[in-house]
Amino acid sequence: MTHDAAASPILKLMNVGKSFRKQVVLKNIHLSVYPGEVTVILGPSGCGKSTLLRCLNGLEFINEGSIRFNELELTPKCPQWQAVRERIGMVFQSYHLFPHMKVIDNILLGPLKVQKRSKDDALAQAEELLERVGLLDKRDAYPRELSGGQQQRIAIVRALCMNPEVMLFDEVTAALDPEMVKEVLEVMLQLARQGMTMIIVTHEMGFARAVADRILFMDKGSIIEQGNPTSFFSEPQTDRAKRFLQQFYEIETWKGREVI
Amino acid sequence: MKLDTAFMIDRIPDFIQAALLTTEIAAIVIAASLLLSSIYNVILYHRLPVLHTLVRVHVEIARNTPLLIQLFFLYFALPSLGIKLSNYDTAIIAMTFLGTGYLTEVIRSGIDAVPPGQEESGLAIGLSKAQLFRYIIFPQALRISTPALFANFIFLLKETTVVSAIAIPEILYTTTSYIALYYKTYEMLIMMAAIYLLLFLPLSFLLSWVERRYQHGTFGT
Repeated sequence: MTHDAAASPILKLMNVGKSFRKQVVLKNIHLSVYPGEVTVILGPSGCGKSTLLRCLNGLEFINEGSIRFNELELTPKCPQWQAVRERIGMVFQSYHLFPHMKVIDNILLGPLKVQKRSKDDALAQAEELLERVGLLDKRDAYPRELSGGQQQRIAIVRALCMNPEVMLFDEVTAALDPEMVKEVLEVMLQLARQGMTMIIVTHEMGFARAVADRILFMDKGSIIEQGNPTSFFSEPQTDRAKRFLQQFYEIETWKGREVI
Repeated sequence: MKLDTAFMIDRIPDFIQAALLTTEIAAIVIAASLLLSSIYNVILYHRLPVLHTLVRVHVEIARNTPLLIQLFFLYFALPSLGIKLSNYDTAIIAMTFLGTGYLTEVIRSGIDAVPPGQEESGLAIGLSKAQLFRYIIFPQALRISTPALFANFIFLLKETTVVSAIAIPEILYTTTSYIALYYKTYEMLIMMAAIYLLLFLPLSFLLSWVERRYQHGTFGT
């Protein structure tokens, strides 16, 4: 891990559990995320990885345990959720840009209305970020005029323009074709290199290996394995993780009709 | 049968007067209903206690009783409680009561149709519930419900005929008065039909044009 031992975690989850009625979706989650660290969460569908992410900014609430964000204790009744969400950015699988607003207004809504920053200051930052993801010429376009990959990069800029301390990515490339996946992943890789603290849920194994400081593998609501990417991908410890990775290698090594 | 065209031409100023009054009542009612139903939806969206229930009660009464009964209730029942309103005010209030009920439901269904992801991404950038409604949910809901809103505007314009029952000299009242006075039944009915068509057809076209303009550039995948 890349963090220095003296730093205190930016996010600390202790014994977190969550259930929808009787169905348990998260249990015994212990996790500390340090500043600048890139954590990638892998696991089969329905293992709770998206739910875990959504609990971190209050889109879902936990039933057990505790989540600490810096000095704040995040409970369901926590009155500061709004302030917390300003500091934790989130990007979704299906972008969720606001369709009735131009790109630039999508990006500026948070900085101007939530953070009450000056228009000049926010606009300058928005344009700089747009430049960085190569979409400055789209500032006055409406979301429907953009490709999926472009919309997703705008969604990332929208979150970044709030100057968050942590960024959450929830399967952000799952709805994109391969070329667009690449343009979005490049933006994320760049972000990781600049030292952003990121928690990423993805099914892109190559990307996970390249970007992660740490891999978490989840199954049935628990973290069953964690480690650095090299050791996780070359010698997974649990059978469940072995089987999971096996599926990906198998597909990649299929040869023509042999599979049938 | 021969139409008395001279009589019809003489009546044109009266019918224009009546059409103006009809339009005026409809315009006031539509504006007031739109404003009130927007406020109602703010109340419903925030689930404000007590007010929420009052809104539901109003909407259900407005939608489930005939306008004529609402009108008679205001016109005949209220004076016995000591509240005396002019028939013009009665007409405006009764129709706004009805219009607000309908438009509230139209806008509410538009709000329900805004994808849940919009709310989540609004929350994720730290918007408060009120900001979420104002900047994200309400503008999109209005666009979604535009066709239904316009259909209801035309419905309200047509419902103005009902206020003839309390002697408001709008188009229907003018027509029936002249029929009663001069027995020019066919002439007056033809004029009434013509003036309603002249009123509604351009409006229909105008509204569908506005609808296309309004939705263009914002929606479509």
